[in-house]
Amino acid sequence: MPPNDSSLLGAESLAVVSHPVRHDSAALHVRGAAAYIDDIREPQGALHVAPGLSPATRGRIKTLNLDPVRAAPGVVAVLTPADVPGHNNTSHFDDDPLIADGAVVFRGQVTFAVVARTRDEARRAARLAQVEIEEETPILTIEDALAANATVLPDYDFKIGDPHAALAAAQHRLEGKLRIGGQEHFYLEGQAAFAIPGESGEMLVHSSTQDPTELQNVVAGVLGMPNAFVTVETRRMGGAFGGKETQAAQTGALAALAAYVTKQPCKLRLDRDDDFAITGKRHDFRADWTVGFDDEGRIAAYDVALNARCGCSVDMSPGVVDRAMFHAANAYHLPATNIMSRRLFTNTVSNTAFRGFGGPQGMLAIERVMDAVAHATGRDPLDVRKANLYTAGANVTPYGQTVEDPDVLASLIDKLEASSDYRARRAQIAAWNETSPIIKRGLALTPVQFGISFTLQHLNQAGALVHVYQDGSVHLNHGGTEMGQGLFTKVAQVVAEEFGIPLDWVRITATNTAKVPNASPTAASAGSDLNGMAAQAAAREIKGRMIAFATERYDATPDQIRFRDGLVVIGNQTVPFPELAKLCRQNRVQLSHAGFYKTPDIHWDRAARTGRPFLYYAYGAACAEVAIDVLTGENKVTRVDILHDAGRSLNPALDIGQIEGGFVQGMGWLTTEELVFDAKGRLATHAPSTYKIPVASDVPADFRVALLDEPNRAATIYRSKAVGEPPLMLAIAVYSALLDALHSIDPGKQVQLDAPATPERILKAAEALKVV
Amino acid sequence: MKRDHISFIFRGARVDLAGFSPHATLLEWLRLNARATGTKEGCGEGDCGACTVVLARASDGALDLRPVNACILLMGQVDGAEILTVEDLAEGNTLHPIQQAMVDHHGSQCGFCTPGIVMSLFALQQSAQGPVTRPQVERALAGNLCRCTGYRPIVDAAMESCSGPAQDRFAAATALRLAALAEMTDSADVFVGTSTQFFAAPASEDALAALYLEHPDALILSGATDVGLWITKALQTPPKIIWLGRLRGAFTAIEAGDKALSLGAGLTLADASAPLITLHPDFAEIMRRFGSAQVRASGTIGGSLANGSPIGDIAPCLIALGAEIELRRGSDLRRLPLEAYFIAYKQQDRRSGEYLRRIIIPRPAPDRAFRAFKVSKRFDEDISAVLGAFHIGLAGRHVIFARIAFGGMAATPSRAPQAEMAAIGIDLDAPATWAEALTAITLDYAPIDDARASAGYRTLISRNLFLKTLMEISGIPAEITRISGFEVPHAAE
Repeated sequence: MPPNDSSLLGAESLAVVSHPVRHDSAALHVRGAAAYIDDIREPQGALHVAPGLSPATRGRIKTLNLDPVRAAPGVVAVLTPADVPGHNNTSHFDDDPLIADGAVVFRGQVTFAVVARTRDEARRAARLAQVEIEEETPILTIEDALAANATVLPDYDFKIGDPHAALAAAQHRLEGKLRIGGQEHFYLEGQAAFAIPGESGEMLVHSSTQDPTELQNVVAGVLGMPNAFVTVETRRMGGAFGGKETQAAQTGALAALAAYVTKQPCKLRLDRDDDFAITGKRHDFRADWTVGFDDEGRIAAYDVALNARCGCSVDMSPGVVDRAMFHAANAYHLPATNIMSRRLFTNTVSNTAFRGFGGPQGMLAIERVMDAVAHATGRDPLDVRKANLYTAGANVTPYGQTVEDPDVLASLIDKLEASSDYRARRAQIAAWNETSPIIKRGLALTPVQFGISFTLQHLNQAGALVHVYQDGSVHLNHGGTEMGQGLFTKVAQVVAEEFGIPLDWVRITATNTAKVPNASPTAASAGSDLNGMAAQAAAREIKGRMIAFATERYDATPDQIRFRDGLVVIGNQTVPFPELAKLCRQNRVQLSHAGFYKTPDIHWDRAARTGRPFLYYAYGAACAEVAIDVLTGENKVTRVDILHDAGRSLNPALDIGQIEGGFVQGMGWLTTEELVFDAKGRLATHAPSTYKIPVASDVPADFRVALLDEPNRAATIYRSKAVGEPPLMLAIAVYSALLDALHSIDPGKQVQLDAPATPERILKAAEALKVV
Repeated sequence: MKRDHISFIFRGARVDLAGFSPHATLLEWLRLNARATGTKEGCGEGDCGACTVVLARASDGALDLRPVNACILLMGQVDGAEILTVEDLAEGNTLHPIQQAMVDHHGSQCGFCTPGIVMSLFALQQSAQGPVTRPQVERALAGNLCRCTGYRPIVDAAMESCSGPAQDRFAAATALRLAALAEMTDSADVFVGTSTQFFAAPASEDALAALYLEHPDALILSGATDVGLWITKALQTPPKIIWLGRLRGAFTAIEAGDKALSLGAGLTLADASAPLITLHPDFAEIMRRFGSAQVRASGTIGGSLANGSPIGDIAPCLIALGAEIELRRGSDLRRLPLEAYFIAYKQQDRRSGEYLRRIIIPRPAPDRAFRAFKVSKRFDEDISAVLGAFHIGLAGRHVIFARIAFGGMAATPSRAPQAEMAAIGIDLDAPATWAEALTAITLDYAPIDDARASAGYRTLISRNLFLKTLMEISGIPAEITRISGFEVPHAAE
């Protein structure tokens, strides 16, 4: 609709977009009829792959006797680095071997793979290898790495003003160390891929991946084939959360290598314990901070060292740790600051992307500092937060981007403060804590300001392929992947809106590198922003051609033509959309187009530490109330209120789902989800039996979630905002409320509480406060 | 009478199956043999619930539906049951009310956990007598992990669709389904396989005792909630399996006497809950938080004890109450205190060919208090870091008897002898007299560090739970001493 910009129309004029449409696969999900990788029926002769894992944490493989593996029942082939025809690597940085070759750098690293007739046979055979590894002392913890000065990448910092002078001059100074735990993605569908060899070396890989293009590139590299010979297809993932961005590559490439070697279709679905061992997790951090502030709690200077455990390779750590730095100020204006980061090497699985991508860790540190400042000044933590927010006059971030709309967050916080009844509850809780000896309650209201755009600039692009068929049905394909977030539904809503047709005329199809090439990963919350725009561009191009045809055919002008309700209204005539499509075909009008979009107005000069890396910010705030037991450390979230800014939502139902789900996932990260590595580097929390994500009863019965519902001031698709990651950080309110409850034990002291705040850590913090 | 196959109902038709490996799981059979891929594998250890299916059996003339984890349920265990999977629910293009509510409330995102959630809610809905409460829904879902939604829409869908006695085609066909189950019912001893590799399910204790004497190397299988993992994770292939699930009579009996409660070892944890709660209300929370609905539907009280886990939740409670167990070998019966059964880590006083058949639990006397507390990283479906059980006798306000047992503090569930001794003479009104006993308990155990808790935390918890017990029995109400179930008091408006 080139003549007028529908993105500026109000929601009421929209027929499909902004409506709470159901997830396109909902009816399939509930019947068990939605197919995941392991549900694809294998052709006869299909084989199964299982990886062999390193029993040592660091060392050199002296001998690897695979004869017992080869002799096991059902084994067809055993894969070693010698079988790799191309490059034995799955990463951009050439430091993630597909199969370990000589050196072992973490426990669980893949040292070979078995191909057998059944998955059961492959798993059994994989345990029969005789491995002898000359073990070396591993670097396991952040402290080990700091002591050894072991890093995967150089240090990097942002500096504004003279933080050391400002700290020295500040009325008050506090310092502390905050340990921030990692997190296992625990996507319900584990890593899985199914590779089918074709003629002349072609390879089709069905993969549960967020990044089909990258997997295509990795498989081509491993097989030594041009990308054009490799096709990757992804219909849906059973959850991903960042864990299937780079981490899907090894599973996909092993399946493809097996198919290449055996010339048979090969499937690899990891056992859950193997998935825990092999795949990367959220980075754990130690934030060493110093803050200077005045009596009112206004921050004068903030100095933080973000020590990130990157694990055994680079992987996504450049972007993850940079994003932690970008969010180290969260929503606050820091007049003088030094944000330093260290990217530490350890002999543990390589940490990777996870919803928020470093942002949560940077943000947790500054929010923890806000509480420390509040406790030191005796002011309400919410007042301290409000006193430090960006304002129209103080709105430049530590990386040089100007926050153009700080009023959005400030008013959002005010609304939530009122709707959550924050002040009255604050008083009630204080009264309760006066008289309750064992159960203490806490309350906190924390904001989120999350930058939207990939900080790696070239990823801010997307393609979409739209066909209109002669019966008026529409085939939609784009480079984004569906992991449950509802991206396919949202993009289909956009296309249906553009053509003025019912949503079910748009057929959503699996992401496929042969249809839309060179796509970016579905990540950085950018799926709808990028693919929605690309699909809109494709639809508008086709529609423009249909309009051009119609103006001739019906002797009308373009402004007389409207697409609505499956009809095309041309002046005072009405033609059904399918009829116009058929006429277009008969008159040789092309009804297919590949749309493209690249995000405008962003630039980032990493060396100069300045630019505008984000097109806009997504905002939100949460108010959480908790109760703790000071004898056991057990705790409970009793009420949560959230107000979140999804711009003018493309789909309020799906967006609420992202907010609630993200919040609960973040709550798990900060409370029960604890990754424990033992002294030998073995992940002791190796499966859901020992790694505890939230269950239904952990979610507060009183859970009030609302959308801000104001159009994005940036020109995004229908003025919506990205919503995938930001809500995860709303859960910082839970951590902060736990601090508040602990603080009531002895308001004269600072609370020492690392994350995740397990019952054990809470009790430890409570005990420390009880000591007179 | 012997039977050389198992029988079950699948997709409305009877299946007689003889050709299956003794250690094959139901999930393997569904996905690989029946090609019914609606049921998913998420973890392969009975923790995530993506593989939840429902088993229906006849019980006292009614249908009894139980959600189970198909990933760790052995195929032989479905003998005599109707298997219902997610594919059974919709009728043509019409979704079942549970499914429709899940769609209407946006209860699925990635969809992978959804089949299991639908089946857990189906089991809840089919057995609901009236509108379900939120705690009931949470209990039904404790064994179903969802990583996408945050559960709120799922709980809403459940509250809407589990609104009373089911009035769907499953309820309408109850008589027919019961008839089909009755047709399979016999008193045969099931024996599938050969003398060197078999899945057996004797129908009587006499047959069991004889078979086990003949094959003392066989694996005794109860609910498979632990044994299942030996198979799916440790990749063990036990060649001989004797399943206890067909035994009835004394093996599953509840004898509720005035002085003692006797429970047959074969009672599922679900069925054992109500009688245990008659011993003391604290059993309600212990049993609610024991595993998940799926685990309690399969696992048995005998299995939980016989297995000898140092972190089983029931053993310390029963040790504190002075329970005894009865074992049988051939025709010999033997009784011993439960605490004496646990010798060392995963080592029990059970002889070759001997099995646990009954647990006898004395009821706490009126002048005695009982308290049991479970502490874990997550409230539901988590293994205890520490479980403490306290049985305290009072004369007036003075402690004259103490029997204290813990799980998670040692290699076996065990008592706290020093604390028990030091507790005698405690004056509930003089907290200064508590100190010695509170210190003593920290000397009774030398716990370990593991993924669930550190040794120091465990020790501190053991002390604090004892303190909490004393505070409660001295008169502080549990509403302000316990966080589980804690609700924010509403301000007067």
